[in-house]
Amino acid sequence: MDAVIVDKLEKKFNGFTAVDKISFSMKRGELFGLLGPNGAGKSTTIYMLTTLLKPTSGSATVNGFDIRTDSEAVRKSIGIVFQDPTVDIRLTAYDNLDIHGRLYGMSGQKRKERIKEVLDLVELGEWKDKMVRTFSGGMRRRLEIARGLLHTPEVLFLDEPTLGLDPQTRRHIWQYIEKLRKGGIAMMLTTHYLEEADYLCDRVAIIDRGRIKALDTPRSLKGIIGGNIIRIEAREPQKLAEMLKKSGFCKAPKVDGAVVSFDVKEGGKLVPKIMEAASKAGIEIENIEMRLPSLEDVFIHYTGTSIRAEKSAGGGMMMGRRAHGF
Amino acid sequence: MSELEAIYAIWLREFRVYLREKERAISSIVSPLLWLFAFGTGLGASVAIAGVNYQLFIFPGIIAMTLMFTSIFYGMYVIWDRKLDFLKEVLVAPLSRRDVFLGKMLGGVTDAMIQAAVLLMLAGVLGIPVTSYGALMALPAMLLITVCMTSIGLFFGAVFSSFESFQLVMQFVLWPMFFFSGALFPLENLPGWLASLTYFDPLTYGVDAMRGVMLGMGKMPFEIDLLVLGVFTLVTLWMGASAFERMGKI
Ligand SMILES: Nc1ncnc2c1ncn2[C@@H]1O[C@H](COP(=O)(O)OP(=O)(O)OP(=O)(O)O)[C@@H](O)[C@H]1O
Ligand SMILES: [Mg+2]
Repeated sequence: MDAVIVDKLEKKFNGFTAVDKISFSMKRGELFGLLGPNGAGKSTTIYMLTTLLKPTSGSATVNGFDIRTDSEAVRKSIGIVFQDPTVDIRLTAYDNLDIHGRLYGMSGQKRKERIKEVLDLVELGEWKDKMVRTFSGGMRRRLEIARGLLHTPEVLFLDEPTLGLDPQTRRHIWQYIEKLRKGGIAMMLTTHYLEEADYLCDRVAIIDRGRIKALDTPRSLKGIIGGNIIRIEAREPQKLAEMLKKSGFCKAPKVDGAVVSFDVKEGGKLVPKIMEAASKAGIEIENIEMRLPSLEDVFIHYTGTSIRAEKSAGGGMMMGRRAHGF
Repeated sequence: MSELEAIYAIWLREFRVYLREKERAISSIVSPLLWLFAFGTGLGASVAIAGVNYQLFIFPGIIAMTLMFTSIFYGMYVIWDRKLDFLKEVLVAPLSRRDVFLGKMLGGVTDAMIQAAVLLMLAGVLGIPVTSYGALMALPAMLLITVCMTSIGLFFGAVFSSFESFQLVMQFVLWPMFFFSGALFPLENLPGWLASLTYFDPLTYGVDAMRGVMLGMGKMPFEIDLLVLGVFTLVTLWMGASAFERMGKI
């Protein structure tokens, strides 16, 4: 039995389709990623799977329980780390966890032990009696992760667990997630950070405007693009681009500042030849780099836009939604 | 059993927050004292009602006021809870919405009863002769008032999503409910139509019951007061619980 099975799940808000009949399944022990820009429908999907929102149509099971007819059993099996921290700032870290444990019916002794365990995992042991009001954003997120794990759920949902955190804290949270993966828990993670999906996830679904555009392991997704991407830095990029076209190395090199880039089938053989041709033509190459395609390239391939561009465009919309308070 | 534990957990959270937010508790005790002082001492010098000193007359009313406003504000606080997302964590936990409502309701009742109890104990200090028998007998009425009012507050908190709508409710429902409950003045002198409206005000029965047992000035029998108030309370409990069940995400 898969941890999560989603079948033509759909959510409309007054006629606007936020999630458009998506289907997929997630195995036990898998770390499954939903990768998409702002407004793609990631949180809406999570809300439906965690029974906070009713789907417009379609169905899904979590840990074998139907989200529509068996919502209490679903809620017993899951943990969730919300996009916007929901830890209570008016209480201490310990109290937040203590109340959570009680809500999930954990008995006194077990609750105490487990609170210590999860606090140690996220390295907040020393802070347990401090008010959450005094915590930084990263600490709140860590506390939220600890809380999501406290009752040892079968499936953990992480909605943008590293959003807005500095790179160091983000790495830190990645470490916790890796530790958990070793423990065998199934996790569904949403993110719009490509490196995050690439680095952490066993499989990634690329979601855009409520639809799943592609779903596979990061490696296979990148394999779809095929070949290599070559990136050359030169003093005279225009001249270099001309030369590359004339000599038939590539059809349409992109010039961006001092950088010329293009993709090719087999870069390995080409690089020495390019170097040679450039030195013959008297063009000085400062740096040449050949790389495998990234998820960014895959994303562009499937959606026609860069996730980064979408991100800054979507920011305002998101703020607007917040301001109206749902 | 596990259901009771979950309700207890919700209550416990509210109570711990209450213990930590002392400003709220302090202000809700200070303002009734201010009312007692301003109205009781200011008006009391020149006004007596049915042969009773005015400060004494309004004392049960001021307790009812404390219960009412503490309870209502507590319930409306849910709007804030939802805005700040605290509620999401509770809504995703494996307990029914009805239990979330019950736990919250009991949390509000606890806050309000603690404040009212402090006021009752201050009666002696203020020179208001309330016997311990009278205070004890007033407890069931106080309890019903706060359960009823907390439920009303939670109902509005679940239905509304902004504090602006709360202002409207305040103007058109809560203030009239308080003013025409007999808390501050006897209802006999009201015009007939207004007097009959007061029968639809749960607080009327609460105030009457308290004034009856504390001062011997009840207009209706104590049992009838409790019975009617009890029916109102059941209705508001049901309203609050169903509003929680219908409340959308966040
Ligand atoms: N309660 C709501 N009412 C109306 N529209 C909504 C509601 N919630 C979400 N939406 C819309 O549905 C779409 C998907 O939103 P969702 O929050 O699922 O996106 P997301 O992928 O999580 O984005 P982000 O990266 O910003 O968190 C957006 O266009 C959003 O405006
Ligand atoms: Mg989101």
